[in-house]
Amino acid sequence: MSEPLSKRIVGPAPHIHAKDSCSGIMLWVLGALAPAALWAVVSMGAPAIITLVACIASALAAEAAWNAIARKPQTLMDGSALLTGLLLAMCMPPRTPWWISVAGGLVAIVLGKMVFGGLGWNLFNPALVGRAFVTLSWAGVISAQTNFGWFRALSLPAAGEYDAISGATRLALAAADRAASGAYGYDLAAQYQPLLFRNLEGSLGEVSAALLILGGLVLIARGIIDWRIPVGYIGTMGLLSWAFGSDPIFNVLAGGVMLGAFFMATDYVTSPMNKNARLVFGVGCGVFNVVGRFFGSMPEVTTYAILFMNGLAPLVDRLFRPRTFGWVKGE
Amino acid sequence: MERRAFRGGVHPPGHKEATAGSPVAWAPVPSRLVVPLSQHLGAPCVATVAEGDRVERGQVIGDVDAMVSAPVHSPVAGTVAEIGRTLTAGGTVVGAIVIDADEQQDLDGFVIVPDEGDGKARVRAAGVVGMGGATFPSVVKLNPPKGMEIKTVILNGCECEPFLTCDHRLMLEQPERVVAGAVHIRSLVGAGRAIIALEENKPDAAAALRAATRDGVEIVELPVRYPQGAEKQLIYALLKTEVPHGKLPAATGALVHNVATAVAIADVLEYGKPLTERIVTVTGAVGRPGNYRVLLGTLVSELIEAAGGLSDDVERVISGGPMTGMALGSLDVPVTKGMSGIVALPKGLAAPALSDDQPCMRCGRCPESCPMSLEPYAIANYAHLAMWDAAASRNALDCIECGVCSYVCPTNRPLLQLVRQAKSAAMAKGVKA
Repeated sequence: MSEPLSKRIVGPAPHIHAKDSCSGIMLWVLGALAPAALWAVVSMGAPAIITLVACIASALAAEAAWNAIARKPQTLMDGSALLTGLLLAMCMPPRTPWWISVAGGLVAIVLGKMVFGGLGWNLFNPALVGRAFVTLSWAGVISAQTNFGWFRALSLPAAGEYDAISGATRLALAAADRAASGAYGYDLAAQYQPLLFRNLEGSLGEVSAALLILGGLVLIARGIIDWRIPVGYIGTMGLLSWAFGSDPIFNVLAGGVMLGAFFMATDYVTSPMNKNARLVFGVGCGVFNVVGRFFGSMPEVTTYAILFMNGLAPLVDRLFRPRTFGWVKGE
Repeated sequence: MERRAFRGGVHPPGHKEATAGSPVAWAPVPSRLVVPLSQHLGAPCVATVAEGDRVERGQVIGDVDAMVSAPVHSPVAGTVAEIGRTLTAGGTVVGAIVIDADEQQDLDGFVIVPDEGDGKARVRAAGVVGMGGATFPSVVKLNPPKGMEIKTVILNGCECEPFLTCDHRLMLEQPERVVAGAVHIRSLVGAGRAIIALEENKPDAAAALRAATRDGVEIVELPVRYPQGAEKQLIYALLKTEVPHGKLPAATGALVHNVATAVAIADVLEYGKPLTERIVTVTGAVGRPGNYRVLLGTLVSELIEAAGGLSDDVERVISGGPMTGMALGSLDVPVTKGMSGIVALPKGLAAPALSDDQPCMRCGRCPESCPMSLEPYAIANYAHLAMWDAAASRNALDCIECGVCSYVCPTNRPLLQLVRQAKSAAMAKGVKA
């Protein structure tokens, strides 16, 4: 009657498990990003491919090398380094020299994640750490590829000449126009369509806001990300932009906000875990993004708004703990 | 958004279809039974018979003079072969009476529980305990502490655990007995209201209960969500009151009993029948999944054999439901009063072994799903660091051990185990729940 014990697991309850696994979740996020990434490749061509390959390969290599040197088990299969590489590529301009992309990937993984102890332990979004590193280290190189907006005070083109300026982002042009009190008559509403479907001025992740929204909605519907972060983020951006007298729709579509709100700010590790804290976190991202965009020295601050809120996430979590069932608030 | 009657929770695949349609049938009477002297929470019984004694079906064979305890009765007519010890499904070793059953058994007959004392005394004498799995002696719950008045009796027929259908079949096949149980308990505690609650995935049982109900016993269907059948979540869903932390559920004026317990109570009050058998769902990767009426003391191995045996790919055999039950190391353990099911989980359905765990990726699923609104990851992190005071300060003692946190964790962390450690450390230090 007795059976050998070795055949069976005698573990603690629960004895069944939900389908979601770490690598499965990463695959869903990768899949949700794929349409926007592919469309960027189709629209931008070879430079986009080089950036993608350089970012992803360097991220994977950095993680493998770190684990080997630190004599830790390999973690490539959890999918997070792949995702970090893709996210980093999505916030790089396509014509970024490949060696800058490689540096970004290395810094994202090593300084952004592994030095903290690997997946789950990092304070700041690794891809954004990589992006912040390269934009600060090679600001001239990268901005020459994309936008002159960071240096908008230097020289402004004449009205009507915007299209001739290679690579100036729409956000930078809008900022320049605003700085000149609208003297250039830059039409924000006319930018909706390119920003949604085919915008070649900016990073890979700015090509199509529509595809990013689609991917984000899939992740929300599948229960992978919490709607509170993107809704708080995008809602706040729209409201505050409108309050500051700008076009809310243009402001949420431009400057990589959709990539940030759906794919960066929702990073599990670096965002709060409690529901209400997540809403506050999203609102905070929106506030800092708008404040930086309208009052800072550069309009492209999505990266820094999210990194700043990453730092505040543990505090926000602490302030918005759930009330335990059966306890009276403040007990 | 899924409909829900309480905060948090999950909706695991039900897997109930394998046995929901199979009528309760008697499992074979084994030639030898191993009846544990402790099938309940509280003081173990002492044998009141000796080796070689003749015993009749329903005769008391173990009892003890303690407040929190329940006597044990012989499920069969036979001879006491041995008074010894047995391994239980829970992994403990307890005293047991081994009985060789007569070849001829009259399962309709039994030694009647003497008609002495009030109804509550007879419930104790019949050895009735919580049959949903908690096995707390029912008579204790029927005597709430002074100053607490029971206004509402709730019969728990939610059966929110996946795979199990024993309560479903009981409500479907014997609705009038369940209603009788509700009426009896209501009058025993002097309550004004009685509610029989079940999940919406058992519409046939709900219809049967509605047809059988009388004397104002209410039938309420609740959304399907685990752990709807947990006492606090059930009270909240029905009465919209939270059991205050550290207090008994009776503090809300509610008393919850499992439907099978209620039928056992009706059986003793009307027929003088002691608790000697129960319905067990045997399901999963077995030859003939079904609901069996099983004599207490039948070995699980014999029950599984009666159900067609295990298939080769079974990875875990669970006593009870897969969310809160216990994985069996040995199948040679007896069926007891609280054993609602035997679930054979094949590879693929069974949770991976815990050695697969990775660090927390902070996804937020555990705080979101916790029906007590705890932060399991935080308690687990403190427990990992043996920071017991910090773990207790995050209300570890409020955990109801439903297992939802471990179930949803994408990195398969042993969250419930770590929270349990935090709870026992807090209790050892005398932290008040």
